[in-house]
This record gives sequence, C-alpha cells and structure tokens, in this order.
Amino acid sequence: MIAELPAGFILIAAGLLLPLVPRAGKGALALAAPVLAFAQLLWIGPEYRLEAEAFGFTLELVRTDRLSLAFGYIFTIAAFLNAVYSWHQRDGAEQPAALVYAGSALAAVFAGDLLTLFVFWELSAVAAALVVWAGGRPRAYGAGMRYLTVQLTSGLLLAAGAALRYADTGSLAFDFIGLDTPAGALILLAFGIKCAFPFLHNWLQDAYPEASPTGTVVLSAFTTKLGIYALARGFPGTEALIWIGATMAAFPIFYAVIENDLRRVLAYSLNNQLGFMVVGIGLGTAMGLNGAIAHAFADILFKGLLFMSMGAVLLRTGTVNGTDLGGLYKSMPWTTGFCIVGAASISAFPLFSGFVTKSMIMTSTAQEGYQWVWLILLFASAGVFHHAGIKIPFFAFFAHDSGIRCKEAPVPMLIAMGITAALCIGIGCFPTMLYALLPLPVVYEPYTAAHVLAQLQLLVFSALAFSWLMRNGIYPPELRSVNLDFDWIFRGLGRRGVMGAEVVIYLGWHCASQWKEGLQDRIAGAARRYHAPGAIFARTWPSGSSALWMMIVLLALLIAGYLA
Amino acid sequence: MTEENNRYWLDRPENVTRLYRGLWIAGALLVLLDLVVHRHAEVGFDGWFSFYAVYGFVACVALVLTAKVLRRVVMRSEDYYDR
Repeated sequence: MIAELPAGFILIAAGLLLPLVPRAGKGALALAAPVLAFAQLLWIGPEYRLEAEAFGFTLELVRTDRLSLAFGYIFTIAAFLNAVYSWHQRDGAEQPAALVYAGSALAAVFAGDLLTLFVFWELSAVAAALVVWAGGRPRAYGAGMRYLTVQLTSGLLLAAGAALRYADTGSLAFDFIGLDTPAGALILLAFGIKCAFPFLHNWLQDAYPEASPTGTVVLSAFTTKLGIYALARGFPGTEALIWIGATMAAFPIFYAVIENDLRRVLAYSLNNQLGFMVVGIGLGTAMGLNGAIAHAFADILFKGLLFMSMGAVLLRTGTVNGTDLGGLYKSMPWTTGFCIVGAASISAFPLFSGFVTKSMIMTSTAQEGYQWVWLILLFASAGVFHHAGIKIPFFAFFAHDSGIRCKEAPVPMLIAMGITAALCIGIGCFPTMLYALLPLPVVYEPYTAAHVLAQLQLLVFSALAFSWLMRNGIYPPELRSVNLDFDWIFRGLGRRGVMGAEVVIYLGWHCASQWKEGLQDRIAGAARRYHAPGAIFARTWPSGSSALWMMIVLLALLIAGYLA
Repeated sequence: MTEENNRYWLDRPENVTRLYRGLWIAGALLVLLDLVVHRHAEVGFDGWFSFYAVYGFVACVALVLTAKVLRRVVMRSEDYYDR
C-alpha cells in the first residue's frame, strides 16, 4: 500500500501529524518516516510510474529513474540524520516544518511533469521559510521573508516557463529542456535561483545562518540540491553553465575568508561547492554529470556535518562568531573531531568523500579542454580548504583560547554527527558504493598515485599558506562586521531607494500643494481684478460700442474672404 | 589557568612551532616525491615539477590578499542592515 503513495508523501504526512502526536511518540515518528520513505524507494526501484488526472492534465506524480533515485536516497538519508540531530527540538514548530520541507523536496525530485514539480517547488519554499522563522532569532523574520520572496519568484518563473513550453510543445513532461527557447530561458532562471547562480545567490547566505542550530542543517540539504537535480535533468550539456559554475565556485570564497559568522562562511562555501556541480552539468559528459551528482550526494553529507558541528557550538555557547570563539576543542572534543572529518571531506583529502567526487568534475573539465575553467576550479579547491577546511575548525575550536568552557554537544547530536562522519569516510574509502548509484556507468579510478600526490601537494601548501600568513600577521583578523553582497541592491540600495522615493513624493506633494494654493490665489486674484465692482468686466458699456466692434469683425471677415 | 593550560599540548607555543615546521617538512617531502612518481598530466602544464604545490600556495596567498582589499570595499558595521 505504501508503494502506491507518491514519494515524499510519507514525510509530508508525518510532518502534518507530528504536532498531534503525544510527546513520547514524536521522536519515533520523525525517525520512522524517513526510514519508511527510504524503504519505499528501494521497493519501487527505477522505471516506476504513478499517474493522476488533475486540472484536465494527466500528471505524472511519480516517475523514477536512476537520476531521481540517487537524489531520493540521499534526501531520505538527510531527513533521517536531521531527525536524529534535532531530537531535542521535536516539540516545536520546526520539526514538522522540516519534515514537510524534506517531503516536498523529495516529491519534487520524483515529479514527472512540470506542473507537479511546480506544486512541490512552491510547497518546499513555504515549508523552508517556516523552518527559517522557527529559528526565532530577531533577524530570522526578515531573512525568512526575503527567502520566501525569492523562492516564490523562482516558482513563478517556473510556472511561466512551463506554460510557454506547453504552448510550444503541447507537453508538460519534465525531460531535457535546453536553453534555445524563451520557455527554456525562464525555466533555467527558475532553477538558477534555487542553485544560487551569481547575482541570484544571496537568499542562501542571508537566510541559512539566521535559522536555529538544527534548522540550518536541514535547510542546507534540500533547496539547493533540488535545484541541482532539476538542472541535471533539464539542462545537461548547456555550455553557459560551465562559465556560470566557474564563477560560482570562485567568487564566494573571497567572502568566506572575511566573514565572521562561521555558519555564513559555510553558506558561502556551500555556494562554492554548487559551482563545481553546475560546471559538471554544463559539461554534460558522462563523467561530468556523474561527478555533479556524486558531489551533490557527498556535499549533503559533509556540508550537513559542518553545519551540525557549528550548530552544536551555537547551541552550547550561544554564538558562532569567529571573534568570540576559540579553544573549544577542550570542551567539545567529539564535536571538534567530527568537524575535522567534515572539513577534510569538503577539502577533498584522500580517503574522504570530496576526494572521490569532486575529482570527477575536475577530470571531465580537463578532458573537454576547458583549461581556464580547470584552473579556476583548482583555485576554488585550494580556497575551499583554506576557508572551510581550515578556517572553520581553526577559529571555532583552536586559535586563541576564548576562555569559553561549555558542555559537549548533546548525545543525539553526537550520534547524528558520528553517523554522518562515518558516511563521509565510507564514501571516501569505498567510492564504488556511491558510483554504483550514479545514473551513468562510471569508468573512473580516483586512487592513483599521481592524483593522491597532486591533491596532497595542493592541500599541504594551502595549509602552509594559511599558517605562514597567520604567523606573520598578514591574515585578516576576524572582525565584527557585515559584508555587503549583492543583497545590498534590495536591502541597502532598494530600501534607501524606497526611502528616497518617499522623500521625493513628500516633497513633490508639498510643492504641488504649494503650487495649487498659489494657483487658487492667482485665480481668485484674477477674478477679483476683472469681476470686482468697478473692474473691467463689471462695468457697463454702451451698446453703440458693441455695434462698432461687431462691424470691425465683419469687415475683417469680408477682407479675409476676398483675399482667400 | 596555568595548570589547565599545561594540560593541553597545543597551548604551548613551542609545540605549535613544531607543528608548523613539521608541515613544511611534509610539504618538502611531497614536492620531492614529484621526482619519483610520474604524475601524468590532466591539462598539460599540471605535469610541471611541483605545479600543485606552487599553485596551492600562490592561490591561497592571492585569495587572502584580495579578500583584504575586498574588505575595504564591502565591510560595514554589524548593525548596518538593522539601522
């Protein structure tokens, strides 16, 4: 019977039921739902179809193939890990919202048509905004609002693109779309917002760090990877994506270096990792696509692990600002260890997950002859080790001792981090298990002496650069600050623009009313001048002068008629 | 505090210096391995001797120096958006 339900409905139903369940059962329900959903995916396997009639269309509520299943597996694993991690949060509004969010992202991945995709696209946006708001921090409200605005815009673009595409082709099926029609461009823009393309990216760095310690972990898994999935299905081999992806991989790392809020640093580095995936999709080769999907799979785990460790720090110390932290390895040794595993994985150390996934994208870039893109990606690889691999653990757990002494993270959080860390190392040591899940056959061997040596050289010398800059006092210190990014256009310039417009309208109104009063005065004055007793229009004139004037006018008419 | 500090190996500056020197030695060994292991090149120029070491070091220094300049342009006080 469960197999008959659309994928994702189990999680959505669990999320809706959760507030009604007595406290004792909440944790069990939140854990059981992802397990059931995972079992359902194993049960239905590839080539499964579930159709329904709605709005006069035949909708494909579920369509499975190897691409959607790979994302389905990792989404259910992420939902499970989140349920473990947020065990202590099972009372509030966040956990139900998180389950609905995960469920709708899962349902969107299995949508066989653009209309179904649109519905779950929007539902996941609303549920994610609820997760942000559940953070309850003062800035969470505004950030959630901006998140929702941007994501709903993405949904509108998707709907518009789908409608145009239906008009063009008569089909709503969600297959390869391509960039050669206006419909394709609109849909790419919609996907681009979710993937955090440059200039469309700021919702990510804005909203994610404002959610609760647990909320950010769940947010980091789904929205952007749903975008990557949609891009991989709709636009593989679109060359523009290679350059977009290279830009995305490079520019956020500069911000990551100077950002003080360590969860915002991770948001920038999430953006940078998405860049690698977008390049892989743009290449469109078997190796590139497989690499992008494998990297998305690995990224959900290692980025989740890093956000988990920072969430534990935030929970225990009340801050994740680099300026306030340091020396926490003494109080939170386990969290420190798990954070380092996440850091090693994102930095692609041999034996950790990033090493076996990112390198597929790099190799494909080189094989296709994009040397400049390859150099940018290599720069971004060194940079990601620098800001996520070293900066995050260093400023939180080492650096100078901040004097903070706190308890180790709660046991459920440690368990969740432990499982995630084990998966990161497992993928790194036994990559064939992950490769077996990828949509296309994999012919790639990550563990060659040349590759291991090259990567170790890159990483050790990046670490040396960090230490050298640090010991010579060149490294920029952590400072309490806000760094302006593209969101300044609507949060700074836009807000000032609105305030400026208010001033202009006020002044305009003021001038207009002044002018109106002046006009009234002038009219009244003129009326008085001409119509007042004794004024020109109020005088009596003799009828003889009227007759004279009449005669002059008639004469003028006669002459005019004669001349014409 | 002093007693507690002595309990942790990393709290002693001389140990941090040891780690730092160890890292340089590891780097030097990895570069020397380039003479032994044939790194078959992906794009051509990456086959040059110690390419990844030099690129990694230069890339990170360039990244940090550029980011310092970026800070002059984009950094504002913490309550910039709350005002």
